[in-house]
Amino acid sequence: MKKLLLLSLMMMVPMFAQAAGGPSVALDSIEVDASDHSSLQRGMQTYVNYCLGCHTAQYQRYSRAAEDLHMPEDLVIDNLIFSGQKIGEQMTSAMDPKVSAKWFGAAPPDLTNEVNLRGADWVYTYLRTFYVDESRPYGVNNLVFPSVGMPNVLAQLQGIQSKSCGDVSEYDAHGNPAIDSATGKAITHQSCDILTVEEGSGSMTPAQFDAAIYDLTNFMAYMSKPYKADSHRIGLWAILFCLLMTVLFYFLKKEFWRDIH
Amino acid sequence: MGVGNPNRAKAESGIVRWIDDRFPLTQMWQDHMSKYYAAKNFNVWYVFGVLSLLVLVNQILTGVWLTMSYEPTAEGAFASVEYIMRDVEMGWIIRYMHSSGASAFFVVVYLHMFRGLMYGSYQKPRELIWLFGMAIYLALMAEGFFGYLLPWGQMSYWGAQVILSLAGAIPVVGEDLVQWIRGDYLISGITLNRFFSLHVIALPMVILGLVVLHILALHDVGSNNPDGIEIDQNKDENGVPVDGAAFWPYHVIKDLVAVGVFLTVFCLVIFFFPEGGGYFIEKPNYEPANSLKTPEHIAPVWYFTPYYSMLRAVTQPLFGLDAKFLGVIVMGGAIAILFVMPWLDRSPVKSMRYKGWMSRVWLAIFVVSFVILGYLGTLATTEGRTTVAQVCTLLYFLYFILMPFYTRMETTKPVPERVV
Repeated sequence: MKKLLLLSLMMMVPMFAQAAGGPSVALDSIEVDASDHSSLQRGMQTYVNYCLGCHTAQYQRYSRAAEDLHMPEDLVIDNLIFSGQKIGEQMTSAMDPKVSAKWFGAAPPDLTNEVNLRGADWVYTYLRTFYVDESRPYGVNNLVFPSVGMPNVLAQLQGIQSKSCGDVSEYDAHGNPAIDSATGKAITHQSCDILTVEEGSGSMTPAQFDAAIYDLTNFMAYMSKPYKADSHRIGLWAILFCLLMTVLFYFLKKEFWRDIH
Repeated sequence: MGVGNPNRAKAESGIVRWIDDRFPLTQMWQDHMSKYYAAKNFNVWYVFGVLSLLVLVNQILTGVWLTMSYEPTAEGAFASVEYIMRDVEMGWIIRYMHSSGASAFFVVVYLHMFRGLMYGSYQKPRELIWLFGMAIYLALMAEGFFGYLLPWGQMSYWGAQVILSLAGAIPVVGEDLVQWIRGDYLISGITLNRFFSLHVIALPMVILGLVVLHILALHDVGSNNPDGIEIDQNKDENGVPVDGAAFWPYHVIKDLVAVGVFLTVFCLVIFFFPEGGGYFIEKPNYEPANSLKTPEHIAPVWYFTPYYSMLRAVTQPLFGLDAKFLGVIVMGGAIAILFVMPWLDRSPVKSMRYKGWMSRVWLAIFVVSFVILGYLGTLATTEGRTTVAQVCTLLYFLYFILMPFYTRMETTKPVPERVV
């Protein structure tokens, strides 16, 4: 038992090291929208094209996505299922986890619950902050997840992004550039986490890429809680019903308790 | 011609009469409902007993349905929960009702216990009610602990690991004891199986039995009330307490209002905030249990955190016993001391309304310490936090230890004859 405890303590060492040098960047915040079906559809398209080769979504069925995202099943079969699977099957990958563990240092995790696990902001920021780092096996590193084993599979879309140092503007609570009231100059601070994309190196502009990653994150958020839209819809009625019941009970109670005094 | 026991209440005729001759149906109905009188001055603090019962029923019913689709194996548990959440019709509602229900159970039970402390509901002649209640609380904690392992996520696994390792801190027998509980050298499918069995069979039976005893004892001596007056002392010519109201229909209908409010809030949680901001379902639990990967920060579920804080507050070894074992003793002591509550309170009055200022101040200190400890238990430790936890642990115990003194020393107000 002592040995086991010691072992687990030792295993925690790299984790603390990672935590200490963990993400220094603030996560970009997004609002996911389970009702934006076209965004979710585009996100699923990106997922099956760029993610599913390595990352299974083993609890998500194609047919459920087709239904929830309002896509005709034949379109899904023709355009979104590349593995020859049936529509009722789950989104699994052909990659053998044992082999991929050798390739990447760890088997690519299943992503059905990724947004539940890390949050949408984390996923959205992570996917946009890969940068060139020749010291890494796949030539890229990540701001949010330093020393990540994953290659930048979206580089083709985003282009080549590199990291440099320089001055960055600060923003006030409303998102406007902060101005020093004494000097009238913009407030800046030094940062070595400035990411710039080499112009023309990717097939998308930065704005298009951000939008594509938003859609992808939105889809992953949907996958993590496919019942969310139902939940909010049913929930509203359930709460209204309970409130109505409470009011009725209240008047019933008043009526009955008139006897007591 | 009478059949059966003639000394009990019976219906005039019909099917109920037929039953009454063979089973005390009408008698029981009268004893526990239509002729069970409780004080008419119950305030909002008196709804949490009924709400506990409601949540218990919710847990049992949703639990039965979850068990239909849950698979208690290390290989299949996590996936079966995902199956319930995604593929079982309305499975997500049932699961959220159960997982949020567990938290709701502790919310209402903590408020129910606070009511008892505030109005002296544990005092003579209600000591046994209090003891049965404490036993329920203990069984409930075990039930929550066993249940939390079942989804087989990372926090399930490591939370159980931390709590089980506490037993390992017991000198000499600790390690063997832990191994005996786990049934393996580490938490494994074997542990999961036995926890499942305890969670769905053994403990629910114990809890139900204790709830019956709790209510039987209550209905024998009668409910206390915010004034701490025994309403049985003032009866009218028919033997009905003048300050009472029959449980059926008066209190039942009054409780229904509380049930409505509770269900509204409960629906808000299960449909809109089912994870309770990470307190009801912790984020790392979306990753399957992995014995080789420790989560960055292990925190027990919120209802255990006050005691977890106390455990961590003990940092110094003493008398050759290591700090962890002393922490376990403090933790156990914090729960055990609640059991002797009826014998610590020496006040001539029951209710806080008529007790002196010292009782009030100490109750407030106790509640604040308990809440602070609970909050600290969800956070990682720092030196400052540990100091705060130590102070709060001390105050928690002082509330009980000093009680025999301050309840006797303070001047109490005269208790009125009749319920106000």
